[in-house]
Amino acid sequence: MLNNFVMPDLYPAAPEIFLLLMSFLVLFVDLVFGATHRWIAAMLTVITLLGCAALTLVTSDGQTTLTFSNMFVDDLLSDFLKLMSYLAVIMMLVYSRQYLSDRGLDKGEFYVLVLYATLGMMVMISAASLLTMYLGLELMSLSLYGLVAIDRESRRATEAAMKYFVLGALASGLLLYGMSMIYGATGSLEIGGVAQALYQGHSEKPVLIFGLVFLVAGIAFKLGLVPFHMWIPDVYHGAPTAVTMFIGSAPKLAAFAMALRLLVYGLFGLAMDWQKMLLIMAVLSIGLGNLAAIAQTNIKRMLAYSAISHMGYMVLGLMAGVIGGQVDPFTAVNAYSSALYYTVAYVLMSLGAFGMVLLLSRAGYEAENLEDFKGLNQRSPWFAAMMLIIMFSMAGIPFFIGFFAKFAVLLAAIKAGYTTVAVIAVMFSLIGAFYYLRVVKLMYFDAPVDSAPIAAGLDLRVLLSLNGLAIAAFGLFPDAVMLVCTTTLMRSL
Amino acid sequence: MKSQLLSLAIWVPILGALPVFWLGSERRSLVRWLSLAVAVAGFLVTIPLYTGFDTSTAGMQFFEQAPWITRFNVQYMLGVDGISMPFILLNSLITVLVVLAGWEVIEDKQAQYMGAFLVMSGLMNGIFCALDGVLFYVFFEASLIPMYIIIGAWGGPNRVYAAIKFFLYTLLGSLLMLVALIWLFLESGGSFNILDWHHLRIGMAPQILIFIAFLVSFAVKVPMWPVHTWLPDAHVEAPTGGSVVLAAIALKLGAYGFVRFSLPIVPDASHHLAPLMIALSLIAVIYIGFVALVQTDMKKLIAYSSISHMGFVTLGFFIFNQIGIEGALVQMISHGFVSAAMFLCVGVMYDRMHSRMIADYGGVVNTMPKFAALFVFFAMANSGLPATSGFVGEFMVILGAIKFNFWVGFAAATTLILGAAYTLWMVKRVVFGEVANDHVAKLKDIGGREFLVLGLLAACVLAMGLYPFPFTEVMHASVDNLLKHVAVSKL
Repeated sequence: MLNNFVMPDLYPAAPEIFLLLMSFLVLFVDLVFGATHRWIAAMLTVITLLGCAALTLVTSDGQTTLTFSNMFVDDLLSDFLKLMSYLAVIMMLVYSRQYLSDRGLDKGEFYVLVLYATLGMMVMISAASLLTMYLGLELMSLSLYGLVAIDRESRRATEAAMKYFVLGALASGLLLYGMSMIYGATGSLEIGGVAQALYQGHSEKPVLIFGLVFLVAGIAFKLGLVPFHMWIPDVYHGAPTAVTMFIGSAPKLAAFAMALRLLVYGLFGLAMDWQKMLLIMAVLSIGLGNLAAIAQTNIKRMLAYSAISHMGYMVLGLMAGVIGGQVDPFTAVNAYSSALYYTVAYVLMSLGAFGMVLLLSRAGYEAENLEDFKGLNQRSPWFAAMMLIIMFSMAGIPFFIGFFAKFAVLLAAIKAGYTTVAVIAVMFSLIGAFYYLRVVKLMYFDAPVDSAPIAAGLDLRVLLSLNGLAIAAFGLFPDAVMLVCTTTLMRSL
Repeated sequence: MKSQLLSLAIWVPILGALPVFWLGSERRSLVRWLSLAVAVAGFLVTIPLYTGFDTSTAGMQFFEQAPWITRFNVQYMLGVDGISMPFILLNSLITVLVVLAGWEVIEDKQAQYMGAFLVMSGLMNGIFCALDGVLFYVFFEASLIPMYIIIGAWGGPNRVYAAIKFFLYTLLGSLLMLVALIWLFLESGGSFNILDWHHLRIGMAPQILIFIAFLVSFAVKVPMWPVHTWLPDAHVEAPTGGSVVLAAIALKLGAYGFVRFSLPIVPDASHHLAPLMIALSLIAVIYIGFVALVQTDMKKLIAYSSISHMGFVTLGFFIFNQIGIEGALVQMISHGFVSAAMFLCVGVMYDRMHSRMIADYGGVVNTMPKFAALFVFFAMANSGLPATSGFVGEFMVILGAIKFNFWVGFAAATTLILGAAYTLWMVKRVVFGEVANDHVAKLKDIGGREFLVLGLLAACVLAMGLYPFPFTEVMHASVDNLLKHVAVSKL
């Protein structure tokens, strides 16, 4: 028996293996020094992620390499998304350092769970088989459930974690069911094999479509698209802000990878079918997200609904890859890279927005109501300007990155003939502009209610400033990021 | 010839605003002088645009081109012709005046106030010289941000409502334009170059849709009846400087959009829908003129008068003859001077009395003779008195309209009566008569700085009224070219 065993090529998976090993070290270090030197675990986590980034860069050769019996893929897309994820996680750790220590949440578990969630995302990003995808998804989700509930004292957080867990488990079930259908119809678990089977056209269409529906539902849950969005507002609101920031950033990249791997790499042959499903969900998400956000007084909830609408806009790009059943590689790359660009831009803005919430929070005080932003311009003109940039960027007003992201997906959608959908989308973004404008109004036109000086540490201030300036700079010079996204997809599809 | 003048016109004020923001509100005199220096520098770099302008060609001058977003073939492409060049000068001049007008009256966060105006000045210069659809759009929409802040942060009691209404109204229009721009990009095979679009063949049905998308966007900005309702609110609540920039420059953006986009890109739809446009324009001229007549708030009155005057501009564009379009362009510049001056005059009185109500005034001439003289002069210009700039534009448009159709011209000519009625009646009630109350009796006449600002505008109004040739001269070639474009069907 042993003769049949072939040692898999571990080289493409080096970052994952490194992260796993380091997570043991973090656990161990926390066991020994956790009580006295909490910063060591945090430091090690950041070092781990930096190490992963280095390994990802070193192992990146621009080629598509399959390993572990074609279950794991290392290509340019996975490298790019992983690097973005590390960046998002590191930024989250820096942003939330003080917040966590003020609330006694900077325990070893936190860092280990963050690492495992990151590992889950990396596996999702690199999944080349339905099973690997599921494995990564579960690893990420289970770690996130734990993270939401990390503040045991908070009833709201516990409730949010329960909701997240129950709905998430349901979504996983749907996804797994869909996968089994696809497997039944095509006889393959490998994403490449599924695509092959579809191409040859021997599979039974009804079973495939049946599986596809469940698969799309699972993806929509992770992206937070209407009607699978129920968990987003409650989880964003209930979780500690640091965890909300985490959920609102890197996992969006992983969910994007999941959508791309399953739908585009695997079920491209059914594009005309899943594009219709995505279309409906995109319009609903843009509509409901923007409308519901208006009614919110809590900024975390507002950002949650805004996240729903943003994912709706992103999907506009995802559903524009195939026009009228004609497969044209150029169109496909354009459409998917606009969605990728949107995701990256959104993650940057989302990190900044939650960074602002963390900036205004201090020991014993959660600045999570819109009221807390009142008169910020008088308290700190600089950070009011940063928030102004972030809000206008989210609203899609130039010269900020959010505008070019919307521009790219709208262009893709109009090119695919969805002009009416594009008009609906821009009309809802008009409605959306209202609640972003309201935040600016609170900061600039109202007098402050809370006059305490901003207590945040230097690291947070510097990072937040860089984040805001990056949003402006990538808006003034959008070319570089766009080209990276296009090249990545061109070389990986 | 390589020229960076247009880039300078855009970026000098914007980059100059950064140190102004950085200074903060503590060092007030430094902030003021620096803002003035930046504004004057911004104006000086635009002067060579006029002196070096070649009046014999309709082509784009001071052309600049650099790749910006290569993936969508978006270019950083700037250039001016005879239609856009005057507005860059006007805008830069008005910015200097606005900085001077806010010298003492703005006490709260003066650095941000000045900085916002400087940024806006640069952005609006960008709108007038952008030759790339996306670049135009980006400037067009970004200019909303400083105006939103200006109205909301330094405006009157109802400023928040006015600011949000202003922003959303204008955004509504521009979003549809974005869709139209993307459609044109795809139709033209991947070009955002506005000049390329001028030669693009488009069927009638898409032409109508594009025209409507542009119409919504530009009509809100002009503003045309019935989407004008944001303007009185915004004007009344905005601080004096905000009103001045809105009236003098921001309203011209919409009209400019018609000339740069609607007429040359979709000429057939323009011809087809011209009756609609003429009807809307005449409603603005006549109906809004009557609305202005009954206003009790001076700023509101001038705001309605602006809408009415802008109706003249859109009328001039859609009668498709040389004198009409040139008249409309002259009217735009003239209105830039006159409305700016009118709002500054109201600002002068408001700074002293903190009231804009006509009823609170009376007999101002007794206590402020110098001011009264200027105010009456601008009121005359506003009602189109010969020898002021207001007359030239209106007269040309009426001539053009009569050429087009006698009754259209006749209806347009009623503005000479209506405009005179509402403006002069207001002046009569505010300036003349007995001193109405103690507050008026205590008024102090204008100081040197205010006199300088108003005097400068008065000189411009008079010069343009007496000798409009330098203004029309630069436009001739471009308007000719525009008419040639409009006359050729693109079906």
